Amino acid sequence: MKRKTDKSMDDGMSIIVKVAAYVLAVPITILGLYIILHGHLTPGGGFPGGAVIATLTVLFLVAAGKEKAKALKRDMISFAGGVGLVLFAFFGFIGTGTTFFFNALANSGSLFGMRIPFGVNPGYMWTAGVIPPMNMAVGLEVAASLSVIALVMFVYTMEDER
Amino acid sequence: MKGLLIRSLTLVLLFAFLMAAAFQLNPFGSPAHTVMDDYYIRNGQAETASNNIVSSVVFDYRGMDTLLEASVLFTAASGVVMVLGRRGKDEKKD
Amino acid sequence: MMDLPFIAVMILIMLGISAAVLKRNMIKIVMGVSISASGINLLLVALGYREGGVAPIFTNAPAAQMVLPTPQALTLTSIVIDLAVTAMMLSFVILMYKHYGSTDSRKRRLSG
Repeated sequence: MKRKTDKSMDDGMSIIVKVAAYVLAVPITILGLYIILHGHLTPGGGFPGGAVIATLTVLFLVAAGKEKAKALKRDMISFAGGVGLVLFAFFGFIGTGTTFFFNALANSGSLFGMRIPFGVNPGYMWTAGVIPPMNMAVGLEVAASLSVIALVMFVYTMEDER
Repeated sequence: MKGLLIRSLTLVLLFAFLMAAAFQLNPFGSPAHTVMDDYYIRNGQAETASNNIVSSVVFDYRGMDTLLEASVLFTAASGVVMVLGRRGKDEKKD
Repeated sequence: MMDLPFIAVMILIMLGISAAVLKRNMIKIVMGVSISASGINLLLVALGYREGGVAPIFTNAPAAQMVLPTPQALTLTSIVIDLAVTAMMLSFVILMYKHYGSTDSRKRRLSG
């Protein structure tokens, strides 16, 4: 079924949108990484942080247009998402001495194992055991999965008829 | 016209059931059973050493649910790639 | 009438289900499913509220009772699963539009 192809998205949006997208890329990345890294102290964690980083891909696709969108490789982003998921399952095996998913690094004095007093306190960064590495793995996996979904849908609906 | 009438009557019946269920819940602000959550609030900071109790429930006390949910998200992404990810004219040469 | 959040949730779920049943355009059916899924998430969070409570986070927390943390953890999982379902439904809608040329769900039965 032949249909007239739409040529208005070949170069993306106007120059103002492009400059604004390239300027906004750095604060969005920093905000997403902040939400992921402080998941054990403030509201948030891996899932909202990964979703914030995935908006970078959508911003790039909307601003750059059909021709430049082919620079993003679907296979590499999907591979990064798979690595994130396997890493998250691997961190569950650290405390297998007691149970699966046992927090063996908490209160132990090693890498993430500071003790905290009970009650209200300003947050300390190197606490909470195996939870911050799990946050980072889930953030990588969510960002990669949402980026792949947006990329595949965009490429499929914007390409010419065969 | 008759199908529309039957569908609308079923929706009104469903709405009546949902309203009856909403009035039989506990009043807003006093939940029914709080024994497990009081344990999480009292002992969560000592056992998992994290300030965020929701984070310790999601990743430590109920980590299995989070693992399966992450795999559901990855499966959905790979499903979208399988449905929509054809690569063009190379497919017709098989 | 202090149960206003529960009544609002039931109205939201009802609007979502009725949009999914009564509408003809496929995109509107997907929107109806998504609205009713958001209503379910709101019900889960509203069930765990304590009178005058604050968020269950100990970093610079004000001195009050804390709300229940378990329904919030279940809502996180539910949001991600609803996203996955919506993504799959939308990909099928895109495929059907490219194949049949219209988004009307009654114009062409999927049997030929």
